[in-house]
Amino acid sequence: MLKKSISLIFFLNMIIAYAHAQTIDKLMSEVRKKMALIKDYQATGTMKTSVSFLKIPAEPMTMYYKAPDKLSIKTSNGLSFVPKGAVNLNINKLIADKTFTVIDAGTDRIAGKMVRLVKLLPLDDKNEIILSTVYIDPVEKLILKSRTTTKQNGTFELEMSYGKYVNWGLPDKIVFIFNTKDYKLPKGITFDFDDGTAKSAAQAGVDKSKGQAELTFSQYVVNKGVEEKFFK
Amino acid sequence: MWSLLQIELYKISRRPRTYIAFAAIAAIVLIFQVAFKADGQSYMNLMLQNVQDNFEIDRNKAINGYFMCYIILNTLLVQVPILVALVAGDAISGEANMGTLRLMLCKPISRTQVLMVKFLASFIFTIILLLWMAFMALFLSMLIFGTNDMLIFRVKGDESQILQITADDILWRYIAAFLYAAVALTVIAALSILLSVFAENSIGPIVATVCIVIFFTIVSNINVPVIDRNVKPWLFTSYLVGWKGFFYIGTNADGQPLKGSLENWESIRNSLNILIAHIIVFLGIAIVVFKRKDILS
Repeated sequence: MLKKSISLIFFLNMIIAYAHAQTIDKLMSEVRKKMALIKDYQATGTMKTSVSFLKIPAEPMTMYYKAPDKLSIKTSNGLSFVPKGAVNLNINKLIADKTFTVIDAGTDRIAGKMVRLVKLLPLDDKNEIILSTVYIDPVEKLILKSRTTTKQNGTFELEMSYGKYVNWGLPDKIVFIFNTKDYKLPKGITFDFDDGTAKSAAQAGVDKSKGQAELTFSQYVVNKGVEEKFFK
Repeated sequence: MWSLLQIELYKISRRPRTYIAFAAIAAIVLIFQVAFKADGQSYMNLMLQNVQDNFEIDRNKAINGYFMCYIILNTLLVQVPILVALVAGDAISGEANMGTLRLMLCKPISRTQVLMVKFLASFIFTIILLLWMAFMALFLSMLIFGTNDMLIFRVKGDESQILQITADDILWRYIAAFLYAAVALTVIAALSILLSVFAENSIGPIVATVCIVIFFTIVSNINVPVIDRNVKPWLFTSYLVGWKGFFYIGTNADGQPLKGSLENWESIRNSLNILIAHIIVFLGIAIVVFKRKDILS
């Protein structure tokens, strides 16, 4: 009798796991389908970079995307510090890539909204990505957040907010959080003027190992074609 | 007074050593410009270090006329006091050495007037030298390297920082910085004239001024906390680099630079006041000593 019960429970668990896997696969497939609507886009907006040692102004920028994996950010004529990992803003590439194992990691809440957690593990050991966790809104089929750990460039996070272009699955705002290395100039080479503000410079609670780029988009031009020159 | 000033300026213009300063500045600036045109990337790589691991930066844009001027002034404004001393240190002692001082003081002009005219002539020389520096370091660099936003590399306490100033927010900072430098270099001129009052030949006050500036500058830059706290505030050389304060742009709570702002105007103003006080004290002592001096040559 006990043997039969154990077998039954095991069998039921198998069915539930299979059904769940099917659900997450279905969700991923729906997200991919939504993403497939976008062949290319040109998004204009501003980029605000926050890194403890960098005091740089927010600047106008244009982001160009062409399916499946071309993405570039161009700023105005002034000097610009574009985060190198910005290419990782292209979450579409990751989602569309079928060389990842998709694992259902349950649910979580973002801003009070229930989201599905999906872990993506590369099938290929040589892949730069070690693990990526994606937070998907199951109702709107939108990616709200992702956290990706890489071999060379540490961990980066993306947080997306949607508005005007929600139907296209394009965010109004992307917050890109990335790892930064400490910046130290040798003392004495800059002959600095001590203006007495050094003591107040120590910003309590500022995480020097993390940087953040906030991209706010005001307008998208979708599927109207993007010239190759913007990706050079 | 005006005629006296004209005579003094004429005398300065006739001395070959006056032109050493202009030639030295031109040579240094041109060397910098040629070197940065050829391989400015290496310098930028050194300053940006591992920032380049995280960010894509167009280093060609970063090396522009505004940046070049800042780098050149950073080096030159440590050396220029020596060039000012070459002329100002000669003001009284040069006359004494040539035996013309007593002759000069026989004229119906007060000793205070003589000294003030000598000081004014040195001040005008300093201004012309700065204008020459502005032309060579700023305008020529703008012509060669073009203009763009400017990066300031800075060590603030234990932190290193990179500040970015947009191109349309730079020129007024340079004007202010050159005006500040004029005051700072006038301190050197006043010190040279003070030392010149005590000497009978030009070499003594020139060398003494240079030694004082070098010694104080080294002490100012030792970067040992006990010296920073107790000695540095008393050395006028600590305030000579105050012109840089005009390039320390103020930021908001998010660390974004605020156009047209200064991080610490009070500190710049205090430094300026301290430098002006030095000019008054040096000149005051020089006048008192000169008036009481028994002129034998």
